[in-house]
Amino acid sequence: MKPFQSYRMRLKRKRAKVRAWRNHYSLKQVADRTNRIRPGDILLFSTFRDEYVRLPYFLKYYRDLGVSHFLMVDNDSEDGGREFLADQPDVSIWTTKASYKRARFGVDWLNWLQSKYGHGHWTLVVDPDEFFVYPFCDTRPIRALTDWLDVSQLRSFGAMLLDMYPKGRIDAVPYRPGQDPIEIASWFDPGNYMIAKNNAFGNLWIQGGPRARVFFRDTPKKAPALNKIPLVKWDRRYVYLSSTHMLLPRGLNQTYDTLGGEKASGVLLHAKFLDTFAAKAEEELDRKQHYAASIEYKTYYDNLRDNPDLWCKWSEKYINWRQLEILGLMSKGNWA
Amino acid sequence: MSVGIIMLVHTAFDRAEQVARHWAASGCPIVIHADKSVPMKTYNAFVKALSDLPDVRFSKRHRCEWGTWGLVAATQSAAQIMLDEFRDVRHVYLASGSCLPLRPVQELIDYLADRPQTDFIESATTADVPWTIGGLDHERFTLRFPFSWRKNRFLFDRYVALQRRLGLKRRIPNGIVPHMGSQWWCLTRQTLSAILSDPDRPEYDRYFRHVWIPDESYFQTLARQYSLQIESRSLTLSKFDYQGKPHIFYDDHLQLLRRSDCFVARKIWPFANRLYDAFLTDGAAAMKRTEPNPGKIDRIFAKAVERRTRGRPGLYMQSRFPVEGRENGLTCARYSVFEGFGDLFENFDSWLARATGARVHGHLFAPDRAEFSDGQTVMNGALSDSAKLRDYNPRAFFASLIWNTRGERQCFQMGPRDHIKTIEWDIAKDPNAQISVITGAWAVPLFKSNQNFGDIRQEAARLQQIESKHLEVLRSPWAKARIRIWTMAEFIEAPMEPLQTIIDEIGQQNMRGLSEVPKMADLSGFGQFLQNLKNQGMHPYLMGDFPVAHGPHEPQQNKPKPYLVQ
Repeated sequence: MKPFQSYRMRLKRKRAKVRAWRNHYSLKQVADRTNRIRPGDILLFSTFRDEYVRLPYFLKYYRDLGVSHFLMVDNDSEDGGREFLADQPDVSIWTTKASYKRARFGVDWLNWLQSKYGHGHWTLVVDPDEFFVYPFCDTRPIRALTDWLDVSQLRSFGAMLLDMYPKGRIDAVPYRPGQDPIEIASWFDPGNYMIAKNNAFGNLWIQGGPRARVFFRDTPKKAPALNKIPLVKWDRRYVYLSSTHMLLPRGLNQTYDTLGGEKASGVLLHAKFLDTFAAKAEEELDRKQHYAASIEYKTYYDNLRDNPDLWCKWSEKYINWRQLEILGLMSKGNWA
Repeated sequence: MSVGIIMLVHTAFDRAEQVARHWAASGCPIVIHADKSVPMKTYNAFVKALSDLPDVRFSKRHRCEWGTWGLVAATQSAAQIMLDEFRDVRHVYLASGSCLPLRPVQELIDYLADRPQTDFIESATTADVPWTIGGLDHERFTLRFPFSWRKNRFLFDRYVALQRRLGLKRRIPNGIVPHMGSQWWCLTRQTLSAILSDPDRPEYDRYFRHVWIPDESYFQTLARQYSLQIESRSLTLSKFDYQGKPHIFYDDHLQLLRRSDCFVARKIWPFANRLYDAFLTDGAAAMKRTEPNPGKIDRIFAKAVERRTRGRPGLYMQSRFPVEGRENGLTCARYSVFEGFGDLFENFDSWLARATGARVHGHLFAPDRAEFSDGQTVMNGALSDSAKLRDYNPRAFFASLIWNTRGERQCFQMGPRDHIKTIEWDIAKDPNAQISVITGAWAVPLFKSNQNFGDIRQEAARLQQIESKHLEVLRSPWAKARIRIWTMAEFIEAPMEPLQTIIDEIGQQNMRGLSEVPKMADLSGFGQFLQNLKNQGMHPYLMGDFPVAHGPHEPQQNKPKPYLVQ
């Protein structure tokens, strides 16, 4: 890497820091319990809008994994989710009416909170419909993973987004608060992922899965990115660039091995396709607050109105992380 | 006579205390060394917590950074106290705060009492073992290492390079032969006291102070000088990964550890409550129930290292994306590619499926869609037949197909009409590929078609050019596949022999020879067709020499079974 390029990356990083600082003025505190954060705690950062129905299970799932504190940004919810979270003993919550898009899809808000509260902690950045699965997650808490990463001198841990969907119409089974969404959306595409390397930032660009197969079969380039790096030992110099797809400094994106070996990695089960999805897609279409003027949502909406079934004969039903390991979607690496 | 325990502690003091009490309960005296970087407050609390135990001592604290002399100095001070203060100790066991006794302590005491003269210390010469990390084996004893490997890798490497360049070498004192091995040992009073009270000790200490990772070589080397009987193995179960870090044990290793048959295991995750509960509260019951099977732990950790360093061949995923040349196999299983066979034979696909039992696809890289077997639109792994998706990343498409269908042989067709440009090199370089080509067979569909001759001529010229480029790839020195190429004329001369060879190589069930051949297209008039192309100035050369007249070898349409080989 030439010094000039390095310097450009540095400027990019600084710019992201400035943007985070500028955008933090739009955040209004609702409940601040950050004084309960202890050194070594594992922190979860998330932003949401009108996700009340998902929040109870989301909290339960991550509490069970051993997350100590939740730092949440509410983007103008109207369904009571904000009030619900404000009452939780391990949640600090901010709210904003500002544009999700202008805050680069929430990244600026979280970058700010992470640099303020996440420094020196392992931080997990996930959406309320993403469920983090890592090797041995059924027998070892997340602390075991972060301790091992510390010993291995690794600062970041990759987890690919795995789109989950139900068999049959996605609106056939209603989702109830507190329910495990994977009970309904329990199917996934086991082996149709496409990987390319992003040479500018050193991360992998992964596309594929049911969304590419059904919605983007004629325009694969537009298929959403599935690569994510949600777990990072945060330092206040770090920034996420676009969602959690990539970070700066670039070394953090090196979550894969290039010499033929496998590094340890996990999966984010993405329970987006529930009955709540149709309404969400319609709303997002109006707001145009998502990536590329919500083109993704437009495609979904058009497709799902006609034939809302993502399931196919070769879909695989989710069992556990070992199944994902055998299929080659994630790896234990040298963690045994 | 008893066993004395030296414990080196730097973190997880609650667990260290728990283990110390466990040792003490069986009457083992303990000397504890706590790292100097531990805050005074924590240290004092720890000392106070253990103050009710009579036979616990704390030694002078040293700073113990990984790979430095501090660890040896710490061990020396602690050992001195052990030998001086506990006169009836015969064996001294070196353990750490994250060690966990697996078998009842009494069993260890009995075991050592039966072997009063034996020193258990892993000790091998550098020439004989491949353990070293960082490419330094014998040099760790002949160079100097004033810079930290962990914190100051750059200076560490530069300084090593400089010493190599200048040819600097340290003299090894008294002609001792350097040995190395696991840091965790169990020595007899005789050996240990001889090492500590050796008149040459200052010289040895001075020397080892600048050896790299002295905690793995100081006692290992010097024990060889004095020991009456060395058993070169460690009583502590400790597994190392490819970076030289110890593997960590968690709750889900309980069954493994029960069957390990070792006295002590290292290192245990401090929050592994089930392990501590099982082995510290009810050790006898924990170990005795199951048949020992120590090999299993070795296999699991060896596999983990292999996964990290070599990975699963043919898998491309979020944490394995090898650069070119380091794939260790482009695909994960053998497969067969047929070029020209579908054009020459009318029912080649169904015949091949019957003859081999393999999965037979059509043209996977056809322009309009990936022709999966049986006309499926989605294949194993939910792989779509969309040509756009496939061409967006043909390599991912193909590697995924082979990966998803592992366990089942894949066969497919390829030809100059397909989108082969982006994939032909990958397949040609893949040792898993078996490629069989009949050159020029693409002319048969043209010959059968009902197009204007001008269009045919143009198309023939285009296909011939693509195929000759493709043949260059297959014949290049980088091609690693099993490749066979026949001209069409050559092939139809005697089709059975090549077919039999290919089928044999695929190597499934049918060992008796082929009972049925695929039906060849009717080629009467083909020679004339080629001649017409030539007359138009387009020379079709890839088919080989076809006589213009109707040849005797050309199969007759009306014969029911042209060839029957038994």
